Amino acid sequence: MTSLLNQLPIGLSIGAVLLLTALGLTFTFGQMGVVNMAHGEFLMAGAYTAYLLQDWAGAQAVPVALPVAFLVAGALGWVLERTAIRHFYGRPLDTLLLTWGVSLILQQAARDLFGAPNVQVVAPSWLTGRVGLSGATLPHARLFIMALAVACVVGIWAYLGRSRQGRRMRAVMQNRELAAVSGVATGRVDQLTFFIGSGLAGVAGVALTLVGPVGPSIGTYYIVDAFLVVVAGGLGQLRGAVIAALALGMLNSFAEFWTDASLAKVVVFAVVVAFLQVRPQGLFVLRSRALT
Amino acid sequence: MRKPFLRPLAAAALLPAALLTACGGQDGGNASAGAGGNDGNTIKVGILHSLSGTMAISEVTVKNSESLATDEINARGGLLGKRLQPIVEDGASDWPTFAQKAQKLIRKDRVATVFGGWTSASRKAMLPVFERNKALLWYPVQYEGLESSPYIFYTGATTNQQIVPGLDYLKEKDKKRIYLVGSDYVFPRTANKIIKAYAQANGMQILGEEYTPLGHTEYSTLVNKIGEAKPDAVFNTLNGDSNVAFFKQLRSAGFDAGRLPVMSVSVAEEEVKGIGVQNIAGHPVAWNYYQTTGGRANEAFVRAFQARHRGAVTSDPMEAGYNAVHLWAEAVRRAGTTDVEAVKKAAAGLSLDLPEGRVTIDGATQHVHKTARIGVVQPDGLIKEVWSSREPIRPDPYLRSYPWAAGLSS
Repeated sequence: MTSLLNQLPIGLSIGAVLLLTALGLTFTFGQMGVVNMAHGEFLMAGAYTAYLLQDWAGAQAVPVALPVAFLVAGALGWVLERTAIRHFYGRPLDTLLLTWGVSLILQQAARDLFGAPNVQVVAPSWLTGRVGLSGATLPHARLFIMALAVACVVGIWAYLGRSRQGRRMRAVMQNRELAAVSGVATGRVDQLTFFIGSGLAGVAGVALTLVGPVGPSIGTYYIVDAFLVVVAGGLGQLRGAVIAALALGMLNSFAEFWTDASLAKVVVFAVVVAFLQVRPQGLFVLRSRALT
Repeated sequence: MRKPFLRPLAAAALLPAALLTACGGQDGGNASAGAGGNDGNTIKVGILHSLSGTMAISEVTVKNSESLATDEINARGGLLGKRLQPIVEDGASDWPTFAQKAQKLIRKDRVATVFGGWTSASRKAMLPVFERNKALLWYPVQYEGLESSPYIFYTGATTNQQIVPGLDYLKEKDKKRIYLVGSDYVFPRTANKIIKAYAQANGMQILGEEYTPLGHTEYSTLVNKIGEAKPDAVFNTLNGDSNVAFFKQLRSAGFDAGRLPVMSVSVAEEEVKGIGVQNIAGHPVAWNYYQTTGGRANEAFVRAFQARHRGAVTSDPMEAGYNAVHLWAEAVRRAGTTDVEAVKKAAAGLSLDLPEGRVTIDGATQHVHKTARIGVVQPDGLIKEVWSSREPIRPDPYLRSYPWAAGLSS
């Protein structure tokens, strides 16, 4: 029974990982409609940032790397947007192929720079313990990931809702032409959106070093689930992504508890497919007056 | 609203498959450059490992040790007066790609032999290609046994040289309640079938059996299940990057080697680095070779390898790949030709002093006699031997000499 109760916090923590990896995509995919297959490699860039910072920051590399990885992955995303993606807006299939190619290039670059084997990121000692609450135990690393996910969501929510830039971003997302004629520099907004979306992937990558491998292929392990969250949550919907991530985390946790890991994956995919049959637009829909 | 984003997603799912078919299919079969890669002044040999994807973490190092062996042979004057020319291909952690690249090496490049593969899925994919072309594959990794292809030499351990000794060790340590964790493909599933038969005959209890997809990174549920079952030990047949996630999450849930030892058969020195030694120190592993294994041949091997790859470690599959190249070369020398049938005949009973000690090829099964060694991961990341079978164990891929295994091979 206690182990069943244990699955609740586990579901939450799986949801937090899903949410963290998907948050950046709610920007680039959800708001700009760019199917960015290289999103996983921005996670990877974040993870390697933590690895490289160990030389300098030692055991505290993980917290130190969070802002640095945001800038590194953000810069990578910005370069990608400026040099390539902006020429392909409105051509989803071409963008898909393009970013897929970029993801392969980035993976190989990581392999050449850091070697094919996984590298080690040592977690700071204050993240290696665990807490017990009424029979269930939760590692500090998981709590940290949950807290980070919450912080990111609150940050994004405040940014989109309270800041001038954020409001411009929403305006472009809801109606690009109207925003443009109202004097919003949509090109600049696109750059910023892509920067933030990619930077969030970098932050997620740092957090993932606490629980998973750090190697050239890690992006491929998370990218599918990240897209799943964004699609199920509804494009461009922050609360949709939050609810979808938590729901999928819980579903995964309990499905795996009662069956096994392979079957749990099947269950999750089946549920999402069935759900999209009923609600093709995802949990939440963006209401706009655009005639699309 | 629905189509614009669902269509690209569907395309994303189809893309890898499309790319692979595009890359394959070119089996050539043209150039008829002398039999068995024996062409002018060079002998071509194929090296086929995953240089990308989830298995690259392990397979790249085997490629490196095989390249070291071919270079050593060239430095000593080559083979039959000719230079070895390795042709390296990437299996990309994708089993059909292994079959396609094997076909390409055999038919287009006309290599004399191929050294390659890691996962059993990749070997099973390549097996029909080698049998059809009557070509030779040297497979350097421990595996689940129950196989003996006339066109494959197996230089890694079969089950009675690794898994069975691993179980003997657990039994000796009175760890009788076992939980099985593995990646979801042929090696772990077959290995666990053998483990269950052994357990039944030896009064051990299997408390659970769980599989996760290759590349799986979320182990908190599995760790929770293990915690509830309270086993004495875990027998771990996970492969690739999953080991990192599993050990990290097991450790952070409070299980260390003292509380719950995890016996691994796919974690060697190279993997320890990626897992992080603080997460795996003290856990036992079962292999036939460690970097710390004594003897002059191993000292020379470790020195030569580290001269090329600074700070690198040497591991069992790397050593078995290195052995494969030297065993094949010696067989070619004795046969006086690279002709497959002649080489096979010369290889039977062949014996060499290699890093793990004396290695002898068993002609009937085309496996090798190997000493089993149980090691414990040390705080410096190396593995120290704590138990060994003392002398090489005869390979028995079908476990015919073990009464409890009757019925497994059918």
